[in-house]
Amino acid sequence: MRQLIIIGSGPAGYTAGIYAARANLAPLLIASSVTNGGELMNTTDVENYPGFPEGIQGPDLMALMQQQAERFGTEVLLDDVTDLDLSGDVKKVTLGSGRTEEALAVIFATGSAYRKLGVAGEDTFSGYGVSWCATCDGFFFREKVVAVVGGGDSAMEEATFLTKFADRVILIHRSENLRASEIMQERARQNPKIEFRLNTVVDSMSGGDKLTTLHLRSTTDGSTSDLEVDGLFVAIGSDPRTHLVHGKLDINADGTVWVDGRSSRTSVPGVFAAGDVLDPTYRQAVTAAGSGTVAALDAEHYLAALPKTLTAVPA
Amino acid sequence: MSATDVTEATFNAEVLEAEGTVLVDFWAEWCGPCRAVSPILDQIGEEHSDKIRVVKLNVDDNPELAMKYQITSIPAMKVYRGGEVVKTIIGAKPKPALEADLAEFLA
Repeated sequence: MRQLIIIGSGPAGYTAGIYAARANLAPLLIASSVTNGGELMNTTDVENYPGFPEGIQGPDLMALMQQQAERFGTEVLLDDVTDLDLSGDVKKVTLGSGRTEEALAVIFATGSAYRKLGVAGEDTFSGYGVSWCATCDGFFFREKVVAVVGGGDSAMEEATFLTKFADRVILIHRSENLRASEIMQERARQNPKIEFRLNTVVDSMSGGDKLTTLHLRSTTDGSTSDLEVDGLFVAIGSDPRTHLVHGKLDINADGTVWVDGRSSRTSVPGVFAAGDVLDPTYRQAVTAAGSGTVAALDAEHYLAALPKTLTAVPA
Repeated sequence: MSATDVTEATFNAEVLEAEGTVLVDFWAEWCGPCRAVSPILDQIGEEHSDKIRVVKLNVDDNPELAMKYQITSIPAMKVYRGGEVVKTIIGAKPKPALEADLAEFLA
């Protein structure tokens, strides 16, 4: 049995790994089989992570975090958690490979998952024109026309990135107010390849083998129009990834994991949360890293206060 | 052992005219999910070498094939039999999920 298992491999998970490993907890970090590194793996330039004045590529930043966690003794496992038993003093984590790992404490840092538009055609054309990742798929839209849906930083970033490939990028947002930061909005507005289609929603989409047409509706006067596109990138935010803990941890009305005040303590003793999974508001790499620190320190205090009969078990 | 690379020059012989079932992994160096799924595909190819042959096609080096097969998202995994695409899987998935998607070819 281990002292601590960390579930998640984004900035929250790896920072928790760094702190917990430096506290000699020899944590096992379950990184997932195909999404190790989390959301930043799909990001190019990260310009707002302190310490990198020239910016850093998302995957490079995550590789550095992993190295730093491993240097102090975090064991990284490329496997997926399929089930969690959090009820007893000993927490049981079942993995995709079938093996079960046990620990006295768990840090849950599974991040968030892209939100879908929820309109007709979206699933049909997913991978056939509809994408959630410009850095992954933008390459295939060289000299094409693409639309981006969303009004936040990630929508601005995707639209700007896509102009490297596409001839024309149409940014669609349901209102005229963009949530994106000023610098990101300005960058998109200055780009001659980007057109803004505000107060507009995508009602549905159609095509043959591939997406060809977006059916749009104005949110101001209800008028409808069609837009011919080769691709659609959806960037309307994300939801906390909590399916593994439903019915096991208290969840807030907004879908985030409930924690006690400013701590990382969930409704179950010995289980701590970190990163986007508890944060409905900020959701930055650096806030997730801070949140991972909090969880590691809380877990360390929890383990130190456990009766010796439990902690005496060899790691 | 990692899978054979195929190119525009070898695609006919290695895939379209090949005997049996061939899975082509359309990938690129800059695609993180591609790098994550690549070793899983290698494993599946090795464990089922009598049923399916796994090969890789770099879309940066072979853009015409990527266009011909209408790739708009990678990793894209296409299963070929007798020169025809009989199955397409898009996106990196854990090994059990890929095995389930490929069950009919691995049995």
